[in-house]
Amino acid sequence: MAQRKSLNVNGKSVQITIDDPDMPLLYALRDNLALHGPRFGCGLEQCGACTVHVDGKAVRSCVTPLSSLTAQQKVVTLEGLGTPQRLHPVQRAFIEEQAVQCGYCINGMIMESAAFLARTKNPTEAQVKDALANNLCRCGTHARIVKAVMRAAGA
Amino acid sequence: MTIHASRRDVLKRGGALVVSFSFAGASGETFAQGAKPLAITEVDSFLAIDARGVVTVYSGKVDLGTGVATALPQIVADELDVPLNRIKLVQGDTALTPDQGTTWGSLSIQVGGMQLRNAAATARAALLEEAAKRLSAKTEDLRVVDGVVSAGGKRVSYGELIGGKSFALKLDHAKPAAGKDPKDYKVVGKPVPRVDIPDKVTGRFIYMQDFRVPGMLHGRVVRPPAIGATLESVDEASIKNVAGVVKVVRQGNFLGVVAESEWGAIKAAQRLKASWSKSQMLPDAAKLWDEVRATKVVKDEVTSNVGNTAEAVSQAGAKTLNATYDFAIHTHGSIGPSCAVAEFKDGKLTSWSASQATHNLRKQLATMFGIPADNVRCIYIEGSGCYGRNGHEDAAADAALLAKAVGRPVRVQWSRADEHGWDPKGPPTLVDLRAAMDGANVITAWESEFFIPQQTAGSFLVPLVAATLAGMPAADDIAPGNIFQNSAIPYKFANIKTICRRLASTPFRPSWIRTPGRMQNTYANECFVDELAAAANADPVEFRLKHLDPNDKRGIEVLNRAAALAKWDKRPSPRRDQRGEVATGRGVAYCKYELTRTYIAAVAEVEVKRSTGDIRVTKFYLAHDCGQIINPDGLRNQLDGNVIQTLSRTLIEELKYDRSAVTSLDWASYPILRFPQIPELVYDLIDRPNERPWGAGEPAAAVVPSAISNAVFDAIGVRLRSVPYTPDKVTAAMKGAA
Repeated sequence: MAQRKSLNVNGKSVQITIDDPDMPLLYALRDNLALHGPRFGCGLEQCGACTVHVDGKAVRSCVTPLSSLTAQQKVVTLEGLGTPQRLHPVQRAFIEEQAVQCGYCINGMIMESAAFLARTKNPTEAQVKDALANNLCRCGTHARIVKAVMRAAGA
Repeated sequence: MTIHASRRDVLKRGGALVVSFSFAGASGETFAQGAKPLAITEVDSFLAIDARGVVTVYSGKVDLGTGVATALPQIVADELDVPLNRIKLVQGDTALTPDQGTTWGSLSIQVGGMQLRNAAATARAALLEEAAKRLSAKTEDLRVVDGVVSAGGKRVSYGELIGGKSFALKLDHAKPAAGKDPKDYKVVGKPVPRVDIPDKVTGRFIYMQDFRVPGMLHGRVVRPPAIGATLESVDEASIKNVAGVVKVVRQGNFLGVVAESEWGAIKAAQRLKASWSKSQMLPDAAKLWDEVRATKVVKDEVTSNVGNTAEAVSQAGAKTLNATYDFAIHTHGSIGPSCAVAEFKDGKLTSWSASQATHNLRKQLATMFGIPADNVRCIYIEGSGCYGRNGHEDAAADAALLAKAVGRPVRVQWSRADEHGWDPKGPPTLVDLRAAMDGANVITAWESEFFIPQQTAGSFLVPLVAATLAGMPAADDIAPGNIFQNSAIPYKFANIKTICRRLASTPFRPSWIRTPGRMQNTYANECFVDELAAAANADPVEFRLKHLDPNDKRGIEVLNRAAALAKWDKRPSPRRDQRGEVATGRGVAYCKYELTRTYIAAVAEVEVKRSTGDIRVTKFYLAHDCGQIINPDGLRNQLDGNVIQTLSRTLIEELKYDRSAVTSLDWASYPILRFPQIPELVYDLIDRPNERPWGAGEPAAAVVPSAISNAVFDAIGVRLRSVPYTPDKVTAAMKGAA
């Protein structure tokens, strides 16, 4: 049953071995490719912790079957968005605003915001809040997250 | 200071664990339970300095996402005069860190930090004494900069003085060593950026959920569909088509699967057919409060008793007021479900989890498997935010049981439904209050009864689900935490009696969730004080100030500063000048945490839509006095968490269940607050550098539910006495008042 699957992740072509072509992308990224940015939160596309970009759009990797992805589609995770040496503006803004408590949801907050800011210039605070309305945070970091996204928008 | 060469080996091994998780797989080799000093009465339990001058801090208190992994080293950095980047932190490892108690109750800085400060101050004094000898100088002439001691042009580093050797010095935390004068602090009191954030925003941070060991398998649990159900049969053939299944593990009513891959384990757990007996142990949710009231009281705890309330109430001319408040059952709701890895090797168990109490977990796992505690090592790895005893310990027990069954390391990741369905719950709280007022509107009596579950004496070991289901040895404790706290009040009425009626049972396995009891009790007390102020036609802030102990200056100051911060509109509640669809109001609440420490006062501003009963909290003001502030930015971050999380609990959250089990198993059925509902947050931090630091992770949460209820009363003249304040309840309360 083992089969090969080709993906493009963080700018590189990769091949993984899987048992089930319908395995969600999240497990390929975490277990096959040892990436830690996308996180398991619910498996139900309710919380956003698993968010990655596919061709620039924020998608919930926990409900994205591998079979729906081609080898050409560009998957980008938090690790691919920016590195400690070359931070993405949203990542930099989250550090500057110290917009993290436990940080478990932060992958989703950053990936969702980066995709939102790529299509929305000069957003209002209300627009940022609406854009993140389907990303859950339990620690209560919301106010700082909004400030960080506004800061990144102005960068 | 004496030198113990054997210490070097221990430190080497400890150091390896500090710098890299890659050593974790070699747990057999690094197993050092019992090898390193752990007593909280020894400097070596807390601190080690290697030959390069790198300081390793061993903390039994752990970072649950609160920022203490930055704040605790700040304390040590100042006391030792070493830069923050030369300090490494080891947290919550039963082989390496002292048992400083569970990471709970807002005590990581207040207790854990002060023990560390004592250890660092003691170590520094010994280092300076040794340096004085080596440099032939007087200790008062020594200067320390970045871990290098100098005098008269000569210098010696901490690494040269102690490197890799033990301090062998005792500590008395009741009589701590004289530390630095607070005016000399360079790092404490500064908004030092958190050490973990760069890794967390770039995907480099290793959470418990990311942790792996070589040869590890993936486990999932299959919980009963009803609490108390018996496992009758399992059809293993139902998962024969799932690739990589290693074993179906069945022990009593415990059922789990182990597979080579995580996805294989998930599919196997979802598809495994099992039949269970019917069980209906839960009360009718619609009659929860009747059930609570009907539960046997095993003990009455009188938490305060002043004068004679019965006499005051029966006084001729006394007007009495009564109210009953209730607070729903809540789940912890960490965004990342609980996760743990366990390995059995040569009869010894190593458990990696995000437990807030690894030393307690160690005892529980030893009991469960009938092995000596010395054969169990529990290692903390930070997980998703933890707000009390959630499912981490249960996942650790699941992983241990499965690892033992398959003879290989097993990782257990709970599903969202496992977490919502099986984490222990914040118990339902019911409070009856009565007061008497004389003809001159003077409060003559205050009586309250808190119907809350009992707490097994001296035990905070919440039973492990796996042990219970598998019929393995487990303490049969009820451990909701210290939920009696703040049942007594900070106000000086002539006659006061407050009683906790401790109940024999509560519908769900209870535990503590952020601000346990203090939140529920303060909610009832601060709402009822507001009722008294309204009955006396008094301004709610003035009414409180009038009844606070005039000698409690810090309490009075915090309340005055909250009022000033919010530009408090001085008048009795409710407002009577609004007729429109949207009514606005402001409410105040005050708390002296546990009546012994952190002071908080809050003002909430709300809008209430009369047609729908929707409440919108627009602004939330907080004045906060936790004594010496270690990291003001970290404190603000914690206050955000206190306010926003508690707004969510107050406005929205309520566990749903039928007669068999929890039915709110996801975020659709157990919703929490979302971005568009966040208010503007305004704080006044009262820093007192010369006072001892108190906790800040919980206290501010205590005032949130009452500040909102009081603001709603101000807006629409209707008192909300049932958390959560859903639109249905608001609408019903408006109808009842009309």
